[in-house]
Amino acid sequence: MRNPRTGWLLLSPTLIILLLFGFAPFLYVLFVGFNQWNVFSADDGLVFNGLDNFRRLVFDDDFLHSVGLTARFAIFAIGSEIVLGFVLAQMLTRNFPGKSLFRIIHTLPLMVAPIAVGAIWRLLVIPGFGPVPFFLDRWFDLKYQIGSYPDQALWTSVIMDVWHWTPFVTLTMLAGLSAIPKEPVEQAKVDGASRFQVFWYVTLPFLRPVLLTTVFIRIMDAIRTVDEVWMLAGGGPGTRFTGIYIWRVVFPRTDYGYGSSISLITLYLTIVLCWLLFIAISGRRKGEVA
Amino acid sequence: MTISLRQRAWRLFVTYGFWIFTTIVTLLPIWWMFVVSMRSRVELFGRPNLSLSRFFVENYANVLTDSAFQRYMTNSVVVSTSNALLVMALALLATYALSRYKLTGRDNIFFWLITNRMAPPAAFLLPLYIMFTRTFRLGDWTLYDTQIGLILLYCVFNLPFAIWLLKGVIDGIPIELDDAAMIDGAGLWGVLRHVIIPLAAPGLAVTGILSWVFAWNEYLFAANLTSVQARTITTGLAEFVTVTGTNWGELAAMSMLTLIPSAIIVILAQRYIVMGLTFGAVKE
Repeated sequence: MRNPRTGWLLLSPTLIILLLFGFAPFLYVLFVGFNQWNVFSADDGLVFNGLDNFRRLVFDDDFLHSVGLTARFAIFAIGSEIVLGFVLAQMLTRNFPGKSLFRIIHTLPLMVAPIAVGAIWRLLVIPGFGPVPFFLDRWFDLKYQIGSYPDQALWTSVIMDVWHWTPFVTLTMLAGLSAIPKEPVEQAKVDGASRFQVFWYVTLPFLRPVLLTTVFIRIMDAIRTVDEVWMLAGGGPGTRFTGIYIWRVVFPRTDYGYGSSISLITLYLTIVLCWLLFIAISGRRKGEVA
Repeated sequence: MTISLRQRAWRLFVTYGFWIFTTIVTLLPIWWMFVVSMRSRVELFGRPNLSLSRFFVENYANVLTDSAFQRYMTNSVVVSTSNALLVMALALLATYALSRYKLTGRDNIFFWLITNRMAPPAAFLLPLYIMFTRTFRLGDWTLYDTQIGLILLYCVFNLPFAIWLLKGVIDGIPIELDDAAMIDGAGLWGVLRHVIIPLAAPGLAVTGILSWVFAWNEYLFAANLTSVQARTITTGLAEFVTVTGTNWGELAAMSMLTLIPSAIIVILAQRYIVMGLTFGAVKE
């Protein structure tokens, strides 16, 4: 009854657009990644150099540093977002007057453009008229200046990301929590399970697919963060994440061949990480069907 | 089970205390932006003051009467709305195909679709620039600096997300409903119109909303693949940060204006967002 040909036909517009605007540029980057090519140099342009770019990358301290920073950024930001998002969602499953107002307020940051998020936070932390450095200095005698202290810049980026993306986690968690059937929870309570036990043995397993999917999406987006962090710190120390490092290699330095190979490695690492999560998610789904 | 009055009061106190605290944290940055947008250049310096001293609307007036801003705003509305509609339509068809037909390598295609969202954007700008200026051309016309170019390009990161979201929703609709409709003589379009679309409505709505927001917020591609005609609002925002000094007041005013359309959409569609975001991961 269902002819696969119809299926392919339905899929084809999507495939054509993604092949043209996603896969074709990827092939180009793949090709350039194996070449020495400084776009504006007077030399003869593209020179094939095999794996040289990748060999260089392994010993490039700046690149390794950026991977470390990105990993710290992603782990701390996503970790906090999951915990906060879960707590907020849990609170939102209760009924109380004003609930929908609070839900709307807590969705707002998600809607702010990353570039505007960067601008807002820069306004908060800018030396001179930003309130954050002023009050930190005044109340806690803490010298705060993201341009000079890499750690502060990293933490500010993390907090900014948490502010911006926790709403997304809250929404997905809320959707996941409201889809959990009531009976197992009630049953567990009747059987004398403590609150923590209910959470650990009933809520969490039900929530696992939503949780993993959310982490998947957040990892995917956190690794490629550029706009907001760039706007916040202008690529200063402590915020040179991989996305920004690629930007610096490709644009100010116009070292396009090398920039491409860094992109490929980053993309590869992201895909491996996400593939593992994907297996975890879909494996679980198949298990439920069986 | 009876709860004493004191316990109930305590519970109320904790609940609202929690919400008021998180609301302040959430709104403080936006409030600060609003305060900055209401100040002149001179007033910004000196001791930071978190309260609104007066309504100074000149920043807003300057931004709103700027013809560049009006063009950016129009472009953003056209691009994100068209993109969201296109993404909803294509994602619905694609997801239906992935969910209902036995296609060779279905899971791999699905994962490949998602990987399109993972590419770090900086290195992909050059091939896209070449494609936009040289590959796609008809006489003098190129994709570069056109709305249609951005609309198609934004599919690259919106379609994977949309398909991912809809996959669970459509998988959750029992295939027997499709079959019943087909026995009643419905064709493919009939099934989509009378079975899939009504049942997947919350999912489709949230797909459209989030695609719209992602397209509205995109900066890097818009900044590098447009020059004058098709510039969007986010590129306009970044233009305020210049070497000679940033006009923070106007930047903040413009950020506020950029936020308003997405905020309205979210408030109107609040209910659907939660109903549609389950990723179908939990079966009822």
